[in-house]
Parts: sequence; structure tokens; C-alpha cells
Amino acid sequence: MELFFTLAGVGLFALMLPILYRLIVGPTAIDRIVAVNIIGTKTAVSLVIVGVIFEQVGMFVDFALAYALLNFIGSLAAARYFHRVRQEREANTNNASTT
Amino acid sequence: MKHGISSHQGLLGDAVQKQWPPRPMYRFLIFILILANWLIFSGLFGAFHIGLGILCAGIVTFVSSDLMFEDRSKSIAERMQEISRLPSYLVWLLWQIVLANVYLLKLALSPGGLEEVSPRIVRFNTKLKSDFARFVLAQSITLTPGTVTVKIVGDEFYVHAISKAAADGLDGAMEGWIAHVYEPEVKAKPA
Amino acid sequence: MSLMINIVSGALILVGLTFFLAAAVGIVRFPDFYTRMHAAGKGDTLSTILILLGVALYTVGDFSIETLLVAIKIMAIAVFIMVTSPTSTHALMQAGYDDGIKPFEKEKEDKKDSEDQPEV
Repeated sequence: MELFFTLAGVGLFALMLPILYRLIVGPTAIDRIVAVNIIGTKTAVSLVIVGVIFEQVGMFVDFALAYALLNFIGSLAAARYFHRVRQEREANTNNASTT
Repeated sequence: MKHGISSHQGLLGDAVQKQWPPRPMYRFLIFILILANWLIFSGLFGAFHIGLGILCAGIVTFVSSDLMFEDRSKSIAERMQEISRLPSYLVWLLWQIVLANVYLLKLALSPGGLEEVSPRIVRFNTKLKSDFARFVLAQSITLTPGTVTVKIVGDEFYVHAISKAAADGLDGAMEGWIAHVYEPEVKAKPA
Repeated sequence: MSLMINIVSGALILVGLTFFLAAAVGIVRFPDFYTRMHAAGKGDTLSTILILLGVALYTVGDFSIETLLVAIKIMAIAVFIMVTSPTSTHALMQAGYDDGIKPFEKEKEDKKDSEDQPEV
């Protein structure tokens, strides 16, 4: 069963690579944020799997929970940031056009 | 964005102004919930740790208990009714999530899957009043097959549908479910 | 009994990995930002729930109070992700929409509609 969990962890990691492609290529900034968000979620999952492999689940679950929390707050903050940038830009162009 | 900020402030402001001090029953309920969370996450049941938990839960309840259950005009009996109706909705939602993923699997992995992709943005008005019910509706739309909520402006939902079939699947069934759980007085009929 | 639990949890993890494969392929393959968000928002949620459910089941296999608590914590992570993943999808989607990213539209769409219309 330990071998199975190791393979599952390796599989999870291998499936992050296509998303890493999107992170590097991604035409817009928000594409990249999405990729980071997904990789973060899967990192939380793989932390739990690592915990099972090392027979320390009780400890690693707390790490995974904290990681999931930080990941959520991070992507939300990034989304809000890009939202605001655009509104300011619009306000600037409006001001420029009126003056 | 503007709407989001204003409604958020209005929401908190109303709750603070109308029901101050907050109902003691709700405070006690929130305290119990936070303490239960503490016990599960600490996993230590010595007298010292439980005392620490009671202290922390008390402080958190005192400082920020008005962030939970912002609509306190509902009685405890109504809350119980909501809770009793929630599980059947959750089972239905989980089944919809599975369907959504099977649909996604089909689109992404079959060679002709991209042929079916023809995105569109659908708008519709909701009958739900409270912010929490709208939040649940937006989450549910995002998790069901082929549709994602883009934004909410006033009563209007902007929903991105990935194909024509998904856009057609957006009938009032889900809104009816949520109205049944949270706002029985609305009675949105499934279209 | 233990073997049974191992088989079920292994199957759950494998199904979760399959759905994650669909999400990963969708994120690379879909044509525009919005459709990629579909893959991200849905595939991510269900695959996470299934894998964590499998791990929780495996953990609770040798039953004691401690493993039960750990399993509850793992399921708490799953519920947390089930609530937050659509929220962050929604926030990013709104940011993209207000940023003026053009939705992908098929050129074929007009042709298809004009084909459909005579029937109506």
C-alpha cells in the first residue's frame, strides 16, 4: 500500500507538469494565477499523501490545512489586485479624455 | 466591484445597527461551534488544553461573532428547518459535481470534444433575496455541468456556459432547491 | 476487512487522479481563458475531494480515536476546498471579465445558427 501511495504522489506530481506549462506560457496574467491556484491545491493534497507515506498523517494534515488556507487567500488577493488595477486604468483614461 | 463593496458594507452595517446587542442565543451557538472546531483540530483533551480552547473561543466570539449568521431575525426553529433540508440538497449537488466532471472528461479527452465547445454568456435574474442564498446559488452554478458564474450585478447573474447544451441546462431547478432550503417564502418554481 | 478498505480507498484515489488528468488536459487544450476556468473550477474540486476521501478512508482503516480525528481533519480540508475553490474561480473569472478578455467564439457559430434557423 505504501508503494501505491508513492505512485499516486508521483502521478499527482506528473499531472502538475501540464499546468506548469500553462503557468509559463499563459497568455494573460490571470491564466497564470489560475495555474498557481491549482498547483497550490494539489500541493495540499500531496502533503497529505506524503504524510501517509511517512506515517505522520496527523502532523502533515495541519500543514495541508494551513497551505490550503494560504493558497485561497493568495489567489483571492491576486484576483482583487488585478481587478483594481484595471479600474484605476479606466479612471485614468477617462480623466485623460475629459481634460 | 462597486456593488460588492457597497452591499458588503450595507450588510454589516444593517446587522450592527438593527440587532445590537446581538441575540445571546446566537452568540452561544457560535461559541459552541468554535469550541467544537478547536476540539477537533487540537485533538488533545487534557484540562489545560480544553481550558485554553474555551478561552480562545470566548475571545473570538466576543470580538467577531457578528460576522456569522448576519441575519438574526430568523428564529432557531427556522434555522433547524434549514439544516434539516440541507442534506438532500447536498446529495443532489454532489451528484451534479460528478456529472460536471464526467462532462469535462468527455470534452477534454475525446478527440472531437472541442467541436462541442461553443462558449456563451447567459444572463438571468434571480428571485433570491439574501446574500447567503445568492452565494450558495453562485457556488452551485459553478459546480454544475458546463456553467461558471462570472459576476453578479444587482439581481442579475452573468453565467458563462461552455456549450449550448450547458446553457439550456440552466433552468430554475437549482434556484428552486435553494429557495426551498433557505427562503421558503420565495417559492421559485422550477421552469 | 482491511483489504476491502484498501481496495476502496485505492479506487477512489485512482478515480480522483483520472479527473485531475481531465482537468490538466483541459487546462492545456481549451481555447480561451473562460473555458480553462471551467476545467480549473470543476476538475480541481472533485479530484481533490476524491483523493482526500480515499486517504481518509485508508487512515481510518486501523480504527482508533486518533485516526478518526485525523480522518475528520482530512475531510475538513476537503470541505474547505469545496467551498473555496469555486469562490476563487468566481473572483478570477470576474477579474478576467472586467479586464476585458474577449471570450472565444467560433467562426462556425454563424453558419451553425443559419443552418438551425430554417428548421425553427
